[in-house]
Amino acid sequence: MAGGVQRVYRQRITSTQKLKKVFRAQELIAASRIGAARTRVSQATPFAQAITQAVSALAAHARVEHPLVEARHDTDRVAVLVVVADRGMAGSYTAANIRETDRLLATLRAQGHVIDLYVAGRRAVAHYSYRGYDLKRSWVYGSDRPEQEVATEIADTLLAAFAAPADQGGVAELHVVYTQFVNMVTQTPRVVRMLPLEVVAHYSQTEEIEPLYEFEPSAPEVLDALLPRYVRSRLFSFLLESAASELASRQRAMRTATDNAEELIRNYTRLANQARQSEITQEISEIVSGADALAVGK
Amino acid sequence: MAALSVDLVATDRRVWSGVAQSVSAPSINGQIGILPGHTPLLAVMRAGTVKVVAGDGTIFEAKVSGGFLSVDDNLVTVVADEITTPPDG
Repeated sequence: MAGGVQRVYRQRITSTQKLKKVFRAQELIAASRIGAARTRVSQATPFAQAITQAVSALAAHARVEHPLVEARHDTDRVAVLVVVADRGMAGSYTAANIRETDRLLATLRAQGHVIDLYVAGRRAVAHYSYRGYDLKRSWVYGSDRPEQEVATEIADTLLAAFAAPADQGGVAELHVVYTQFVNMVTQTPRVVRMLPLEVVAHYSQTEEIEPLYEFEPSAPEVLDALLPRYVRSRLFSFLLESAASELASRQRAMRTATDNAEELIRNYTRLANQARQSEITQEISEIVSGADALAVGK
Repeated sequence: MAALSVDLVATDRRVWSGVAQSVSAPSINGQIGILPGHTPLLAVMRAGTVKVVAGDGTIFEAKVSGGFLSVDDNLVTVVADEITTPPDG
């Protein structure tokens, strides 16, 4: 029945219009939050810089001997931390990260490592637990607005795993997969080997004799205080960058979705008009042929 | 006399930055004072109060929860996990 076709089109148009409103709202929400997320990234930078400078100054002036910088050979176990979004509607953001992670996992397995998977973000928790991975630990933490405490908790868990003896599930390495926020249009998934730390010593270029550095209370104790903070601050900045990336991806994905919804509405409107027109045409021809038949019958 | 250039940073922001005459910070072995020309130093801090006497003589005080402090070539960086500034400051 032609009227039925018309009604179906009208229904599709209304439902697409409703979806479009949702997409538009999501886009605007993401757009309004992204500024704050970027500010947080840049506000955390001075701390990260200060700590990096201190570590490299220390490396230049004293021998760096600390469990966190030494490679472990007593275990094949490595830890992988994946940082993704809690919510979807962010285009390929989570998928790209998971693809990167799968590649990393394959490489590590090929090297004969046993993998402990740590996951942050509900999307990845769902993805990996559905596929039967044994998650060592997972966090659902409000991925578009990560708090300092969560970063600290994640860092401390991983540091503890790195410090644990081999027979108690200690890990030899820690890799982190997160999304680097390059700019509003480019965000790239990135794999970083966090532990053991690689310390790059910074030597001044001058010919002068380096002044004697004082450590209080002593170089090893300063290291003890510095390195875990360094790891925490790195992790926090990973979370912040991931959050900014998530919001940027969401904004972009939702803009595309809104555009697609508009396109669909246009197409359905055309089809509905066509259906209405053909219905009218059919009715006219029915009336005309009916009249003709009556005229012949006379 | 040369002046100190001071940065006070917490994990999520820069709290204070500028030129100062002296800095006093709670190192693990006791409160230490830093004047221009101090030897390079890396010190662990305990919880306490950091006091900065700015170039114009005003005093800035803040409570820190622990962290560390580095001095290198009149560049002082106080890095704290948490910094709480007094309401007026």
